Amino acid sequence: MAIANLGLNTLEHLAALPPDWPGGFWWHWLVFTVIIIAFVLTLVMGLIWIERRGMGRMQARLGPNRVGPFGLLQPVADAIKVLLKEDIIPARGDKIVHWLAPVIAFFPTLMIFAVVPFGNGALLADLNVGILYVIAISSVSTVGIFMAGWGSNNKYSLLGAMRNVAAVVSYEVPLVLSIVGVVLIAGSLSMNQIVLAQNIPFILLQPLGFLIFFIGGCAEINRSPFDLFEADSELVAGFHTEYSGMKFAMFYLTEYAEALALSAIITTLFLSGWRGPILAPWLWFVIKTIAVFFVMVWTRTTLPRIRIDQLMALAWKFLFPLAVINLFITAIEVLAWPEALPWTMILVNFAIMAVLVLLWSKFFMLGWGRVAV
Amino acid sequence: MVLKTEPFMLNIGPVHPSTHGVFRMRATLDGEVIVDIEPVFGYLHRGIEKLAEERTYTGIIPLTDRLDYLASMSNNLAYVLSVEKLAKIQVPERAEYLRVIMAELQRIASHLIAVGAFLNDCGAFFTPFLYMFREREKIVDLFEMVSGQRLLYNYMRIGGLSQDIPDEFLPALDKFIQQMPGFIDEYDRLLAENELLLARAKGVGILPKEMAIDICASGPVLRASGVQWDIRKVDPYSIYDRFEFDIPIGSAGDCYDRYRVRIEEMRQSLRIIKQAMEQIPPGEIRAKVLHLVRPPIGEAYAHIEAPKGELGFYLVSDNSIAPYRCHIRAPSLINLTALREMMIGWKVQDAIIIFGSIDITMGEVDR
Amino acid sequence: MTVSLSGSEVAKQIAERFPEVVSEASDQAVVVKSESLFEVTEYLKSNPGFDFDYLNYIAAVDYYDYFELVYQMTSREHNHSLILKTRCCDRDKPTVPSVVSLWRGADFQEREIYDLMGITFEGHPNLKRIVLWEGFEGYPLRKDYL
Repeated sequence: MAIANLGLNTLEHLAALPPDWPGGFWWHWLVFTVIIIAFVLTLVMGLIWIERRGMGRMQARLGPNRVGPFGLLQPVADAIKVLLKEDIIPARGDKIVHWLAPVIAFFPTLMIFAVVPFGNGALLADLNVGILYVIAISSVSTVGIFMAGWGSNNKYSLLGAMRNVAAVVSYEVPLVLSIVGVVLIAGSLSMNQIVLAQNIPFILLQPLGFLIFFIGGCAEINRSPFDLFEADSELVAGFHTEYSGMKFAMFYLTEYAEALALSAIITTLFLSGWRGPILAPWLWFVIKTIAVFFVMVWTRTTLPRIRIDQLMALAWKFLFPLAVINLFITAIEVLAWPEALPWTMILVNFAIMAVLVLLWSKFFMLGWGRVAV
Repeated sequence: MVLKTEPFMLNIGPVHPSTHGVFRMRATLDGEVIVDIEPVFGYLHRGIEKLAEERTYTGIIPLTDRLDYLASMSNNLAYVLSVEKLAKIQVPERAEYLRVIMAELQRIASHLIAVGAFLNDCGAFFTPFLYMFREREKIVDLFEMVSGQRLLYNYMRIGGLSQDIPDEFLPALDKFIQQMPGFIDEYDRLLAENELLLARAKGVGILPKEMAIDICASGPVLRASGVQWDIRKVDPYSIYDRFEFDIPIGSAGDCYDRYRVRIEEMRQSLRIIKQAMEQIPPGEIRAKVLHLVRPPIGEAYAHIEAPKGELGFYLVSDNSIAPYRCHIRAPSLINLTALREMMIGWKVQDAIIIFGSIDITMGEVDR
Repeated sequence: MTVSLSGSEVAKQIAERFPEVVSEASDQAVVVKSESLFEVTEYLKSNPGFDFDYLNYIAAVDYYDYFELVYQMTSREHNHSLILKTRCCDRDKPTVPSVVSLWRGADFQEREIYDLMGITFEGHPNLKRIVLWEGFEGYPLRKDYL
């Protein structure tokens, strides 16, 4: 589409990786599996460090600074500590469910990275339904969380898990709708194609879509201000109250891996992925992912938490209509003005976003307050 | 087809990251909505009233520290005022001024914790809590200068204070007063119009005016419901009638109003401290009283406006070195009377916020 | 300043309304018979000259022959306060009418007095132990407990 073409093509110097690099299907699969696992584990440690240190500095205190230079080895120390802890199993909980829950929660998150491009063509499987695969897989970890709440034989865990399921199911809808806007402009569901189509980053062309995706994504992965599923001050620790040792480490890992996955997807869809001058593509990818995560840490430190019925109201009454309107407007733009100048479109989109958000929030009531008992 | 639901019983506490102390609420929930709630406490009962009958009048002062352990100076003040009323002891001027300064500093420290913990319950993951503790550290440093302690000061004595302030106290206090209004403005800037805080706290946990008077509430809880009743104004004790200050009154009686009343009270306390600092006379800090005071036979009740409400001590004396009876009128216990009415119909998350906004300390509730 | 009303003056007015109710009256306090406590407190709360709508505290004192309950009440409108006392002489099962229906703030305080002193309050909706656990034997704050 001309709407996405600024005229600058930064791709001449980068050849696309063939889908069976380096030598055949199985070698490609092995190399990329190793890359993905190493990437996820290392970067999760890095994200944990960024969160603790960043949050500490924002709260007028030092973060961890003893283990290693600048506290960089703190996550490693945490991992070792957690591996050495005793594994406590609730006596009357459902043992198999309790044991399986962390596994089912973690692995879908890892599987998301199979379609995230680290460079031109550098991904495990260039599915032509890439983003659809991501959405489908990311919902499976909710089953794991619900199993954790059920298998713990604990009312608090059950409350937390049920809240989680309700929220994740509700937020899927605006999430998917905001992605469709991006897909319309890029013209393809494949993640690699979406990045290749971003001569201007889609955050400029789809500001409302970005906002909805960011908020919906934060709600899906239990990040503040939506972290009421594991709210320390209400439910002790929500669905992972009764977990200790390695299983707790899996949940902790899942939380940060999901945050990493969300940041990676936002980078791919909205911030033009691995594209950028001078530096290597994967380095740009890492930098952008970390920047998105930093914004998430920032909102966590600053904002209080919202209540469960306010959360649902936000999904259904605020984000969902806005996502539908966004979809319509994007479709109209793509069909009616395919030859329009991109800068006009950017300005028009930002103006529409500002007007919609401000107007809608005036007429929007958050939650329903006191219930007559 | 009607969905068949069944209310279930959830025990919130006594060991819970956010009930302030050991407090248990037996909640009956229908889904997330609270249908019934019963507060259960007594986990911190130490029998202070009975212990007080065995100790000398001066020896009870450390016991009073441990009532509302976050506002020790106020507890000390209430107790020694009651003994002085009983034994008709006149306190020197310098001691009166210093007592006022300590009590108002203590009010600021206690409200900082109250607001910080309230926001922590709202979910703002420790950030306001730590900012307010940063200021509280400065107050605690000042208290350490005068009494050597950081939490349980044991500073006031019958007839005055235990020791005079060191020379570096007044300059440090002056520096604190210069800085503090800026910090309170910083909290207001970040929090007063915060959309999420308004959504969580406005209209939540309303205590209507008639109910507040009916349950004999006191302190910020009463004033946030719209009742103009501050003991420093209606029944001034010590030398409070010499100072000019306002009483912040709320209108709706919800959690947000209680939060705002506390922030405004901090500003007014700074005003009082400033005026007191300008007027401190030199002189003695303790009246000539025996350590083993033997008040004449009789009884007396003195109350103060503690940070949590009206704290009073009812003492009966039989002319011996220990009181015959010491009854403590604890504001937190009486403020809790309407907990059930405030919480029914709201969700579990709101229950935690409502409880945090009443601001109780278990040491006082259970004694 | 909150004016403490003189017990003797108030006793005269109470005696006009309820004869034979006042046992003693001094400058400090009025002592009434325990059976008529509820009527007297109701009169004190509703009479526009007194208007005592705020109960400061209820305290119970154990003088070996009798228990004495001390009620201090304040009027917000007139800004005066009064100390009302009542005595119950029965050591085994002391009973006093409850004032919870007049001032709800008496709820927890009466429960605490029941818990620690053993005085039963008639008409209290939920008279259970409050600071000690259910099943505790004895009343600790009494002078003959330890």
